[in-house]
Amino acid sequence: MTTMETLAGTTVEVDAEGFLTDPQQWNEDVAAAIATEAGIAELTPRHWLVVNYMRETYLRTGEAPSIRTLGKASGVQIKELYVLFPKGPAKLAAKIGGIPKPHGCI
Amino acid sequence: MAKKIVILGGGTGGTLMANRLRKLYDPGEMEIAVVDKDDRHIYQPGLLFVPFGLAKPEEIVRSRQRQLHQGIAFHETEIDHVALDDDRVHLADGTVLPYDVLVVATGTRLAPEETEGLTGPGWMERVFTFYTPEGAEALGEALSRFDNGRLVVNIVDMPIKCPVAPIEFAFLADWYLRERGVRDRTEIVLATPLDGCFTKPIASKHLTYLLEEKEIGLEVEFAAGEVDGSGGRLVSYDGREIPFDLLVTVPVHAGAEYVDRSPGLGDELGFVPTNPRTLQSLARPNVFALGDATNVPTSKAGSVTHFEGEMLTKNIRHFLAGEPLDESYDGHANCFIETGFGKALLIDFNYETEPLPGRFPSSLGPMPLLKESRLNHMGKLMFQWMYWHVLLPGRDIPGISPQMQMTGKKQPTSTTV
Repeated sequence: MTTMETLAGTTVEVDAEGFLTDPQQWNEDVAAAIATEAGIAELTPRHWLVVNYMRETYLRTGEAPSIRTLGKASGVQIKELYVLFPKGPAKLAAKIGGIPKPHGCI
Repeated sequence: MAKKIVILGGGTGGTLMANRLRKLYDPGEMEIAVVDKDDRHIYQPGLLFVPFGLAKPEEIVRSRQRQLHQGIAFHETEIDHVALDDDRVHLADGTVLPYDVLVVATGTRLAPEETEGLTGPGWMERVFTFYTPEGAEALGEALSRFDNGRLVVNIVDMPIKCPVAPIEFAFLADWYLRERGVRDRTEIVLATPLDGCFTKPIASKHLTYLLEEKEIGLEVEFAAGEVDGSGGRLVSYDGREIPFDLLVTVPVHAGAEYVDRSPGLGDELGFVPTNPRTLQSLARPNVFALGDATNVPTSKAGSVTHFEGEMLTKNIRHFLAGEPLDESYDGHANCFIETGFGKALLIDFNYETEPLPGRFPSSLGPMPLLKESRLNHMGKLMFQWMYWHVLLPGRDIPGISPQMQMTGKKQPTSTTV
């Protein structure tokens, strides 16, 4: 189930949980709008470091990195990830980065 | 001149691959070498039973070398690194092994040190893991003295070997504490980073129902960040706390250490990026991987490794003959889930199809899927014999194919996944 939604003046297609289904519809204003909805008032450079790493990894490999991979490779440690993106950092950073919900694990 | 296959790891995957390849090629045309850091081959499913006194560590450990058929060289030493550009493996004892084909089967390594406080005060006193023989045995002693308080079973993070093992542990702990007559003074809680007790929705629902029936608490989306062993507190990254008297942890899993020392071989966690259909690594065409060492999206489990081994033997033959690879591996996994009181469930699934109810291996049975039965428990026990005598020697299990079969399975009526 997907729906069309307008975020920061851009029309995007999202799934039932609000994840963009097409990463190409994303832009930085869309990211900010999703962040605000999730209770993050402002995306700081630390947020962007994670969101960009997330998005670039997904576009390159087709897989969103897990929280542990983020902690090891994004430049931000897991503890701080939870401060930046409360509750589920991997899920929330994926959502803000305009990529599908991470598959989670097996 | 004979070609060379080097197999890293003498566990489930390495052993069955070495034996299968030895049958496929004459010693004159193919040299096969296996490397492992020690000579202790552990029947890992048996670890679950050790804390309850249902198995002894020495019963589930055998010599690695003795499981290898004649004509297979065994090097007992650490691996220093793989030099992908020169097709060579450098061993810690100074030996250099050149290869035409490399098979990575070094499984995973437990990394409890990655979790703050986990190996600090209380480690091996009130904080244990049953994922090692030493841990399982020490836990057994602690458990035999445990007669009141809260037992917490925690999966720190995925992926882990045998994702059902922590649930099985909780089921068996319930049985064990009831048998000892102390269940009413004890509490069991399963804390998991997942949003349910298992990774796949239909099986998760069945297992959650069993947890409720056995009065086992479930804490979901719990990302453990810190263990306070002296204070008896398990703390999540987002500040939730679960107090414990006895903590059974399943620590973070990573790939083998030499993977990190081998540029281009592994990912950030030390797992080897591998094509899920062919089991060829993404690192080099002549490097293949199977079992827990890969990053393929299915469970890290012995049954998976066994099914992969059937496929991978064919693909190594195709590769060496210059033929296209077989792309038919489907992620097939088959696991018994011990539920206590002499019963077990059985699940059978692959990359696309989650575990479904029904019967196995066909609609005639005899084993029920996703349903408790004594026969499944017998199956689980019998499997230990099959492991040493059928699986490791590289024989196929009659009537069970590497690809998952839909016969006997009940399709869900609606797909609300």
